[in-house]
Amino acid sequence: MKILTEYIHHPGIETLSVYRSVGGYRAVEKALKSMTPDEVVEEVKKAGVRGRGGAGFPMGLKWSFLAKPEGVPRYLVCNADESEPGTFKDHYLMKSIPHLLIEGMIVSSFALGANKSFIYVRGELMYVIHILEKAIQEAKAAGLLGKNILGSGYDLELIVQPGGGAYICGEETALLESLEGKRGNPRNKPPFPAVKGLYQCPTVVNNVESIATTPWIINNGGDAYAGIGIGRSTGTKLISASGHINKPGVYEIVLGLPVEEFIYSDEYLGGIRPGHELKAVVAGGSSVPILPAHLILKTATGESRLMSYESLSDGGFATGTMLGSGGFIAMDETTCIVRNTWNFSRFYAHESCGQCSPCREGTGWMTKVLDRIEHGHGTPEDIDLLVDVAKKIEGNTICPLGDAAAWPVASAIRHFRDEFEWHIKHPKEATLPGAVYRGSLSLV
Amino acid sequence: MAVEIENIVFTPERLAKANEIIAQYPEGKQKSALLPLLHLAQEQYGWVSAAVMDYVASILSIEPIEVYEVATFYTMFHLEPVGKHVIEYCRTGPCCTMGGEEVYDHLKKKLQIDAGETTSDGVFTLKEVECLAACGWGPCFQIREKFFLHLTPEKVDDIITELRN
Repeated sequence: MKILTEYIHHPGIETLSVYRSVGGYRAVEKALKSMTPDEVVEEVKKAGVRGRGGAGFPMGLKWSFLAKPEGVPRYLVCNADESEPGTFKDHYLMKSIPHLLIEGMIVSSFALGANKSFIYVRGELMYVIHILEKAIQEAKAAGLLGKNILGSGYDLELIVQPGGGAYICGEETALLESLEGKRGNPRNKPPFPAVKGLYQCPTVVNNVESIATTPWIINNGGDAYAGIGIGRSTGTKLISASGHINKPGVYEIVLGLPVEEFIYSDEYLGGIRPGHELKAVVAGGSSVPILPAHLILKTATGESRLMSYESLSDGGFATGTMLGSGGFIAMDETTCIVRNTWNFSRFYAHESCGQCSPCREGTGWMTKVLDRIEHGHGTPEDIDLLVDVAKKIEGNTICPLGDAAAWPVASAIRHFRDEFEWHIKHPKEATLPGAVYRGSLSLV
Repeated sequence: MAVEIENIVFTPERLAKANEIIAQYPEGKQKSALLPLLHLAQEQYGWVSAAVMDYVASILSIEPIEVYEVATFYTMFHLEPVGKHVIEYCRTGPCCTMGGEEVYDHLKKKLQIDAGETTSDGVFTLKEVECLAACGWGPCFQIREKFFLHLTPEKVDDIITELRN
């Protein structure tokens, strides 16, 4: 079942003519000519599609929050700032089949009553920005963008906006600040963007993949979408797979696929590289809790773990994780968890915008302590210190970057504490080139 | 040695592009053009000096500080002169898991420079960056818009040789 990537390898699919030849832009015709904006919103609500950027918030519900004051412009902003370590599915989708996103932007903007919409793309993907701009020119020339689209009376201008290099601009309010030409400092919520967003006007911010589902939902109906998947994890999800697997890449899976099948089947990741075994997995981008092999394959109660929002969260943070962005990083026994945690910690310290003291200071402290432990200067008190600092950041910040920095540290210590202790107790051994703790390998 | 060019001005083509960009935004919201204009300026001058920031401020009729605070926040803008090719190497976890640290060590040895430095012939500047959203195709680095994926020490050697000529 492929909703997004069925035609992704079709030669010329990045062009309007080939995209149209496989059914592209039918959803624009259907929505603009035979549906009302509210009817489009209703289909997306019925579909139950959840935000694919990482938060998993129901898209139709977010759309229904949009305030509609008289005479005030509304905006749809696509979040293409993809920067969550381990995630590269939006990059893949946009560069391969740009017209899918554009078609999604047209039907979604129509649903929300926006006449000027933005696709905010991280600046490092400048070549993808050029691909999108070219596709927009093609769509304009074909009367699919601009004034009176297909004679429907609906006008839409699509603008591609570059970022400048800042993970924090993936947070929706920081993104809006950046779009307004400012530093990417997240705003306090409430007010939410649906009420006061871009230029203080009602705004919806959605992820690339989320927007890309809307053409299929219009063509086939929300109920059909909801019939795919499992429970409240409807539809398909793009998983970005990297690490010590045989077949890294982007995979479109039906939600509910067993994790074990996803990792080991030749249809997907093809297993761990020859001669090695799975040690740990970060299932949804660096911000989600890391899990040892035995807990990613099965829940704490022994049930088969599935690739879905509910199943991956089974057990809370004690024994579970999150689907998040679907950035699936698989690590084998050659991985030093301490070094990996230090690396992620440094990432968040670097990317912190600096507004909130717990995040600005806490990410720096965690990184320094982990640096010490990794390089043979850890003290026995350091582990509890890290847990304490992580706890003091969590929930005390304007935006979730603080939580995102705390969770990898807290979870690494929760599941791999002995590895940290080994680094502290045996610094000479632990700092030998290529040395990795062999004691915490979970028996699969 | 840095030679600061005093007379900063966009080429006619870039000025036309800048005006086109500015006109996209709603009335009174032209400051939204700031990041696009900074990219345009860096494309022309290779890096963003204070003089370049002042020029961009004048085009948008905003205070210089409004440009300084933005240029210093976003990591893509080089605030010092750079070499002909700026190698922006991904140093985040997933790329490291795919062998990125070994490739990085090889690259630094090959160029004989560390992060933040420029080779003596002025051809390469090395910069460490965070996740470039290419994890499954890693290790990787980018030079301007171009991505170099599935890196190995051998591939690195080939790329450096080719770019030096």
